[in-house]
Amino acid sequence: MSAPSEQREGILQLADQLRWEVGQGFHEQLMEDLYTDAARLADRAVTRPDVKERFDLDRTIDRLVTSRIWGFPMMILLFMLVFWITISGANVPSAFLSSILIDQLHPILKSAAASIGMSAFLSGLLIDGMYLATAWVVSVMLPPMAIFFPLFTLLEDFGYLPRVAFNLDNIFKKSGAHGKQALSMMMGFGCNAAGVVATRVIDSPRERLIAIITNNFALCNGRWPTQILIATVFIGALVPSYLAGLISALAVVGIAVLGVLLTFLSSWTLSRTVLRGEVSTFSLELPPYRPPRVLQTIYTSMIDRTMYVLWRAVVFAMPAGALIWLCANVTIGDLSIAQHLINFLNPAGILIGLNGVILLAYVVAIPANEIVIPTVLMLTVLVTGMSGQGAGAGVMFNAQSNADLLTLLHAGGWTLLTAINLMLFSLIHNPCSTTIYTIYKETGSLKWTAVAALMPLLLGLTVTFVVAQVWRLFGG
Amino acid sequence: MSDQPNTTPIPIQQPASEVCATCPAHSRANLLKLGVDMTDWDYVVALAGNPNTGKSTVFNALTGLRQHTGNWPGKTVTRAEGGFQFGGQRYKIVDLPGTYSLLATSVDEEVARDFILFGQPDVTVIVADATRLERNLNLVLQVLEITERAVVCLNLMDEARRHNLTVDDRRLARDLGVPVVPTSARRGEGLQELLQAVDDVASGRTVCRPHRAKVQSGKLAHALDQLTTQIQAAYPQLSNARWVALRLLDGDEAIADALRRGDLGDLNKPAALDPVRTEVLPLEAVS
Repeated sequence: MSAPSEQREGILQLADQLRWEVGQGFHEQLMEDLYTDAARLADRAVTRPDVKERFDLDRTIDRLVTSRIWGFPMMILLFMLVFWITISGANVPSAFLSSILIDQLHPILKSAAASIGMSAFLSGLLIDGMYLATAWVVSVMLPPMAIFFPLFTLLEDFGYLPRVAFNLDNIFKKSGAHGKQALSMMMGFGCNAAGVVATRVIDSPRERLIAIITNNFALCNGRWPTQILIATVFIGALVPSYLAGLISALAVVGIAVLGVLLTFLSSWTLSRTVLRGEVSTFSLELPPYRPPRVLQTIYTSMIDRTMYVLWRAVVFAMPAGALIWLCANVTIGDLSIAQHLINFLNPAGILIGLNGVILLAYVVAIPANEIVIPTVLMLTVLVTGMSGQGAGAGVMFNAQSNADLLTLLHAGGWTLLTAINLMLFSLIHNPCSTTIYTIYKETGSLKWTAVAALMPLLLGLTVTFVVAQVWRLFGG
Repeated sequence: MSDQPNTTPIPIQQPASEVCATCPAHSRANLLKLGVDMTDWDYVVALAGNPNTGKSTVFNALTGLRQHTGNWPGKTVTRAEGGFQFGGQRYKIVDLPGTYSLLATSVDEEVARDFILFGQPDVTVIVADATRLERNLNLVLQVLEITERAVVCLNLMDEARRHNLTVDDRRLARDLGVPVVPTSARRGEGLQELLQAVDDVASGRTVCRPHRAKVQSGKLAHALDQLTTQIQAAYPQLSNARWVALRLLDGDEAIADALRRGDLGDLNKPAALDPVRTEVLPLEAVS
């Protein structure tokens, strides 16, 4: 029942003509009428309490957490508390899971495979490769995630994250970026792909691109466990044991803060070079504090985040485990493929304060950052020739404690520099393939996707290179 | 329409179910959460509202899905869809991004507006924060300009009580000309009444007479009348001719395009079987 097209054009012409007649300020007038109307209707319906301005808890908390002086220290303290709880709480369940899945179940599976006459190759591929990689991912990642995500979600539900955005807003503006980038960055701390999608709240394409490209510097789910583990094993070992948890937490917070600083720095650089333009203004609403529904939050964050990330890690760990086992057991000449690759990557790795094992692990882990640590451990076992009971080449070492892990990594030639640079490189390198794909879908541009993938990689290589050179210059 | 509380019909939820509604057996029998199963729906419900008013909580409570909800404006940036069954009818429910207005100045506002406009929902539920009614009514009034079939879900009543606020929902319903249902979605309070109101509007048992803001300036009112008359002549079925006229006067290209394509005539067709998809367009690469 569409009207004839000349009638439609007539309407449009009339609209154009009338628009000139009603003149400027029409839009503002309309909005003003709307607001007046809303205010009148609300006033008729709402009865406010007679008691005048009692003690307002929300406002008092807001004054404190968004204060110029206390805002930042409180933010850092709060995040440190979260990491400290995560780090000190995760050790026991991690060791428990690893003793069940690796120490007990693995030999049972091996002997079961032998008893049904499975060939050594197949049982190696399935049990030593795929099963062990998965078991490692579960025992290393599940406990910290199961503690960290509910805590983070509780902060989110309570209403703290928008306050963090409020604190950071000014710096983002000074960096030439949109203040709402603080929100997408906070989402990025959960998952970069989600953070990239969250940039949709930013209207201006220029500022949205900056937010997308720099989201990688928000330390994501997949990388928190790497940071937490390496900090616990290496940094925590530097101090007496009663301080270890605290110092490890401090190191992880330090890396996260560095990521935030890099976000500002790269936003600033982008907004002054390829993405120049005006900063838009916006209003940021501070939602009311709401008492979180603790049990419900724990449940949904377990289902939505912990299980989601764990599942993703497991899905990628199984083929990666098979691949690593194959690399370690198929030989060309008298060395395995993995050995060849590691030898090839080693000079470059050493140059940037890492090693061939770590670089190879990062190549294997492009689909998911979650499996970096398990891959590093598998390959280190291979290189050092140390292995657990009944295991062969390319089989993961069953580290029962952090001290065992430290021994293993020292044997693999690791130093404090390796650990620090691994933490740095984990923060500053290309985003995972899911995030890269999301960036492509959101921007619709190969060029910007390439920038978003390669810029962090180059920066990561540069930073680790410089740190390695300076370290060797002063530390020997 | 000017403010005439005595002559505006009062859309009230039928009290017949009041006694039953408190009985858990009745609730279980009436609401069937279908999760993502959205086959063969009878009605489409859109869920609009300001950010951080609990839209996702309402969505989860009705569909049984567990989309993560956060105390966080801008939590939902994409559209989520789910299904439920109530009173023998199957519903598809679409959770729209939270917005403060429908002027389509950003992607999320555009997604929300286009769905209400072109997605042809049978009922639009506007979730409003009872503790911030004034700000939320801005959006409610904008939605009511576009569609007649709406229900206001006055959410966070528990928060309002905590702040000692009393909200007269019946008076608000009378003023707005659409059903207003007080709820505390987090605690599951008021959802039965909300569903009943949605069902009544969808089936036509409740007829809404939405409040439409009066234009104050004389010059503007004249221009608006002229244009509205023209649009009504071309599209006699259109219920939101005045809103279309306003948007055209404001130079809204999306609406002008819809008029050129001839899409506007279909706006008020009830329950199209295949609503127009309003996907988020990819960001235009700059430079």
